[in-house]
Amino acid sequence: MRFDLQIIASLIADGSRVLDLGCGKGDLLQYLREKKRVEGFGIEIDEHEVIECVERGLSVLHGDMNEETRDFADGSFDYVILSQTLQQVFDPEKIIDEMLRIGRTGIVSFPCFNHIAIKLQLLLKSRAPVTEELPYEWYNTPNIRVITLRDFRGFCARRGIRINNEIAISTHHRDETGQVVRFLPDWFAKYGIFALARPAGEMPRAGRDFGRG
Amino acid sequence: MSEYSGHVQGGASVGIVEKKFFTFAGPPEEMPLESGARLGPITIAYETYGKLDESGGNVVMVFHALSGNSHAAGCYSAQDEKPGWWDNMVGPGKGIDTGRYFVVCSNIIGSCYGSTGPGSTDPRTGRPYGLSFPLFTVADIVKAQKALLDHLGICSILCGIGGSIGGMQALEWAVSYPEMIRSAIPIASTCRRSALSIGLSEAQRQAIMADPNWNKGDYYGQEPPNKGLALARIIGHITYLSEASMERKFGRRLQENSAFGFDFTTDFQVESYLHYQGQKFVERFDANSYLYITKAMDYFDLAEQRGGGSLVQAFSRASAKFLVIAFSSDWLYPTSQSREMVKAMKMAGRDVSFCEIETDFGHDSFLLAHDQLTRLISGFLKRIRSEEGGREV
Repeated sequence: MRFDLQIIASLIADGSRVLDLGCGKGDLLQYLREKKRVEGFGIEIDEHEVIECVERGLSVLHGDMNEETRDFADGSFDYVILSQTLQQVFDPEKIIDEMLRIGRTGIVSFPCFNHIAIKLQLLLKSRAPVTEELPYEWYNTPNIRVITLRDFRGFCARRGIRINNEIAISTHHRDETGQVVRFLPDWFAKYGIFALARPAGEMPRAGRDFGRG
Repeated sequence: MSEYSGHVQGGASVGIVEKKFFTFAGPPEEMPLESGARLGPITIAYETYGKLDESGGNVVMVFHALSGNSHAAGCYSAQDEKPGWWDNMVGPGKGIDTGRYFVVCSNIIGSCYGSTGPGSTDPRTGRPYGLSFPLFTVADIVKAQKALLDHLGICSILCGIGGSIGGMQALEWAVSYPEMIRSAIPIASTCRRSALSIGLSEAQRQAIMADPNWNKGDYYGQEPPNKGLALARIIGHITYLSEASMERKFGRRLQENSAFGFDFTTDFQVESYLHYQGQKFVERFDANSYLYITKAMDYFDLAEQRGGGSLVQAFSRASAKFLVIAFSSDWLYPTSQSREMVKAMKMAGRDVSFCEIETDFGHDSFLLAHDQLTRLISGFLKRIRSEEGGREV
């Protein structure tokens, strides 16, 4: 399993209820079910990956994560995970709000735009950076959000989201090995992983009226 | 469902199978129906494939669609060339693996393949019921199936699977007998028929009733309303296809001549094909059964009937795990209606999976040999079996 998913898995408590947004073939969910006995659910937009999930015995909903999260009641999950997808999300504010509405903890990971290789490419070549983690050109990239660790911390602070855990990692793209970056993460982290929560005492938004359903 | 669906003879077959019968609810213990009427005695035709294991935990119920029957798989004799209607899905090593599961498929009440229906003899008069047969609902169909399972000594269903009205039965089972059914796979189905489908249903019934031979349902022993039934089938058959699949199969190709006939004989291939479908259908189906079953489908509204108007409430009564499957080109029971049921299941806290299969074969897709559908069903069944503590072979 990808190194960043291993780190995410280490944040999940045994026996919890987990929703993985954009779960792909269900690698993380299957791992969590086997190693941590979690009750796992996934949302995935690709039909073929959905079928693989079902074949692996996972519960999965075929659809768009913005649509599919809507129907879950507040606090339905212990964890809601969005791994390496935030940079492709059209409305990140909305999806993070949803994550923290339906889950008690939201876990978000994204490729960091603050890595030194990216800084140097922009500085020395005056070109939009292309790296292993962000391998696309400006005109064909699905990664429409440029995020740095500091940006994300600022985003959470402004929205009153508590950061319970922040882990910076360095790993090759889709590699199973890597390390946690403790020295100057704002320069050397390739991915950031954050565990988020709504501040204690803040009430979830009022339940919505879904009509006759 | 239609004959249009070809059978791919991949893999082994369950072999020679036998249609069996079970009769219950003889007077005075007639079965009360949802309408308040009573029906009895009731005979159910059914078939089983595979072996019931010792714990009785490997029962898979297969529910047939409008014009289907108990003959889901295998053949009736060595000379029989036409296997059951879902032979590509049910059999050893197939999606519903008869090496693992004990499969039960019964003919619904009101049908004409051995179960009691309007063409059966009314014991009170000694004549066929005709229109004196009471109208029934999907819940009544399911209630009769429950009686059959009681008779077979089955008290737990691992999974109930069906397409179209078969999916309605799976949903009804989950809501009516939550203690009995562990999981359900409604395919190309709905929790309530839309105005569009009710309208199309009524057009088909009117076609039958407009045939003078229909004679208010009293035609047994005489010339049956074949023209009306064939027309009903033609309308129905179109609703099972899609624009893209019809375009591919027929386009505007002409039947025999290279030019229009400028008369009302058959010009286009699609016309000829539909006439053939209609003709073939009247040889095997009863017009009154068609009226009664389409009406049962139109009446189906899980929210109204089981949830006091709320679908969420209805699914709160269920405990089964669900796998809901829709087909992208199905306009009779569109994906939006499957999503509506998934939404209510989620809100009711049910464990639900959903997949929309991209295909242009329309509503009928569930009967076609389809790798994605097979993988979904087989994967989900294995999961439920292992979660239920069953031995994995």
